[in-house]
Amino acid sequence: MSSTTRTRRHVLPAVTAAALVLALTACGGDPVGGSGGSTGAYDPNATVTIGSLYEPQNLDNTAGGGQGVTEALHGNVYEGLFRLTDTGKTEPLLAASHKVSPDGLTYTFTLRDGVTFHSGKKLTSADVKHSLERVIAPDSQSARKKNLSVIKTVTAPDPKTLTVTLSQKSISFVYNLSYVWIVNAEAGDLRAAADGTGPFELGNWTRGSSLGLDRFTGYWGAKAASKKIVLRYFKDASALNNALLSKGVDLVTSQQSPDALDRFKKDPAYKVTEGASTTKLLLAFNDKAEPFTDVRVRRAVAAAIDDKKLLESVWGGHGKLIGSMVPPTDPWYEDLTGTDPYDPALAKRLLTEAGHPDGFGFTLQTPSYDPHPTAATFIASQLAAVGIKVKIEPITPDQWYTKVYKNKDFDATLQEHVNDRDLVWYGNPDFYWGYDNPQVTKWVEEAERSSTPAEQTELLKRVNRTTAREAASEWLYLYPQIVVADSRISGYPLNGLNSQFHAYGIKKNR
Amino acid sequence: MTRYVLRRLALLLVSLALATVVLFVLLRMLPGDPANALTAVGATDEQIAAARASIGSDRPLPEQFVHWTGQLVRGDFGTSFVSSLPVGPEIATRLQVTLPLTLAAFLLAVAVAVPAGFVAAHKRHTWYGALLSGVSQLGNAIPVFWLGMILVAVLAVNARWFPSGGFPPDGWADPTEAVRALTLPVITVALVMSASLIRYVRSATLDVLGSDYLRTARALGASFGSAMWRHGLRNASVPVISVLGIELASTLLGAVVVESVFALPGLGSQLTTGISQHDYPVIQGVLFVSTLAVLLIGFAADIVQRVVDPRLRTGLAGGIR
Repeated sequence: MSSTTRTRRHVLPAVTAAALVLALTACGGDPVGGSGGSTGAYDPNATVTIGSLYEPQNLDNTAGGGQGVTEALHGNVYEGLFRLTDTGKTEPLLAASHKVSPDGLTYTFTLRDGVTFHSGKKLTSADVKHSLERVIAPDSQSARKKNLSVIKTVTAPDPKTLTVTLSQKSISFVYNLSYVWIVNAEAGDLRAAADGTGPFELGNWTRGSSLGLDRFTGYWGAKAASKKIVLRYFKDASALNNALLSKGVDLVTSQQSPDALDRFKKDPAYKVTEGASTTKLLLAFNDKAEPFTDVRVRRAVAAAIDDKKLLESVWGGHGKLIGSMVPPTDPWYEDLTGTDPYDPALAKRLLTEAGHPDGFGFTLQTPSYDPHPTAATFIASQLAAVGIKVKIEPITPDQWYTKVYKNKDFDATLQEHVNDRDLVWYGNPDFYWGYDNPQVTKWVEEAERSSTPAEQTELLKRVNRTTAREAASEWLYLYPQIVVADSRISGYPLNGLNSQFHAYGIKKNR
Repeated sequence: MTRYVLRRLALLLVSLALATVVLFVLLRMLPGDPANALTAVGATDEQIAAARASIGSDRPLPEQFVHWTGQLVRGDFGTSFVSSLPVGPEIATRLQVTLPLTLAAFLLAVAVAVPAGFVAAHKRHTWYGALLSGVSQLGNAIPVFWLGMILVAVLAVNARWFPSGGFPPDGWADPTEAVRALTLPVITVALVMSASLIRYVRSATLDVLGSDYLRTARALGASFGSAMWRHGLRNASVPVISVLGIELASTLLGAVVVESVFALPGLGSQLTTGISQHDYPVIQGVLFVSTLAVLLIGFAADIVQRVVDPRLRTGLAGGIR
């Protein structure tokens, strides 16, 4: 158990979390949510300890810092021109205002006044220009690099103004900017140091152990509610739960051990909240390999698997069923669970139609860490009932990356896809799962060039319905996002979309 | 004796040199490419090539080896591929957890096992002698991680006497907290270690108790205590010292298990993280330090044995002189 979790935490973020992302638009937004009201008498000098399984590999999100660096630093130490709130909306942050030219190709941003970096330097448009350029630089490993490559030129006509021209219209541009950290242009290597404008300064970082965030007293906005946040890192979920039980940590950002939940739920000393996650577990077919080139075969497999029972066995009563790649927090969500019913008789009929009346066999590349082995065994037994023989092949994250992702040498694989708005990957025929429907590709491209969010949403709904109908993949379920906290703690984000965990509102009652 | 120490020292250096070659080569035989860990998914071949060039993993192996050993000689362990932090200081920080843990557990184990093993042998016909033997047998069957989990459940989660894991972020700046953090791990390792030590001490003592020289000493009028003190203890300690050396070395290397149970930022967890990230400088650095430690322990055990046992010095017992 511990070794599998470890593998996931350390290698996979570089593979999935950081990168299986392609984003689209944003809507306007209202302020960040929270975990409900605080009861008043909180301690402004408190140290709040947060337990997490995702230690950053380094501190730079353009240098492969992984999911952990987003959790720890995004919105806390670094801020963007815009912020993605916990409810999935985009709102201005370091940008006081912005204007878009009628052709949608030129964006002019006016920066907020009175913002300084932790080092004391004033924020100017030169810093923003530098920050944008480092994301699209050739050696950047930013997950947003590809999306932001539409940037043609960046100019800083005066210290408060930034002008960006795009090579083509991109309705998600502002949304994508919410992922770009504004860093001090003079800060140098940021892999082991930090200089941002956020409500916290980077404190002590002890590799393998903890990372401290100290309240930045010179912050331009509302100061952080607690004086100090300490993120403590664990390699397995049970050690993390023990720390919570023994009061070694105040809060767990993402509970991964459903078995332990009952204990916390029964105890009034803890609060358990379940928010919306964007992490989907997929049985991804290689749509370019026989027999999965045939839509009927893919639908047959989907119909033969009882997703509800699987979710029940892995997560107890938590999580959610999805009939497509789109989680409810994406603007183009529709409930499509009806297109993927559990119906073994239908599966058999489809198999016969497709010329496999006696079933067939395939190899399932199964990442070696939870929950994939459990899911694979479950799927194998269900598919056996309709005559499909599954050979389970365990695979390490590193092998997965090379064999499945890069070389596309597989029949089918299990994989978790963590990001929001990642439906659009079905518009890329070169993506690892090889789904190739020219109409879908066209819709995805048009959606990105839409003039209004409504237009974009309509196009992506079409993409969603089409991919669901054609069972481009088998979407098994949406993970729950469960936060467990000491009941004296309040003000934490419930959803933690895209691995963000804004800590500035966290309060600890006396 | 000086001659022996010098020769033994030379052997240590030769072993260390061989070990560096072996660990360097074995590491390169692992499947996977460190450049994968450094580039985003969808990286082009040029980007991967650039990543290799930036960390030097595209250079010929002999060149990489010479570069690494050259650094080592200057006391420089290189820079982590992943975090860009220097490896040496990180190893030093991690040793502040692993060394106290290992040494304290070792001393505690010896303090428990030597008297207990002696009693188990000397009083083997009494109920408590038999009980001690039985308990040590049972202790040998208990895995370290299981004992650790039980201690956490009882003493940390329920009683809340000790933290369930972790180490203070400021390290030893707050000695009380650091000691509290290490208490359960130390007890865990010490209990398991002493279980096997008791058996060795018991059997070494039994050998001595049945020996002719002890009977002779007693026949010449020495009390049991003084015969045991002058002749027995020395003889019994010779085999025990080699076992102690091996136990100490394996505890140092096996610390990874207990570090994982108690979420301690020690050398073992640094190694496993390094391996999962293909972070060669980190893996090499940790393995080099642990190899060196094991060789030094072996060296010390050999020297101590010679001091204790004059036969080894005069060549009556063979072996290298």
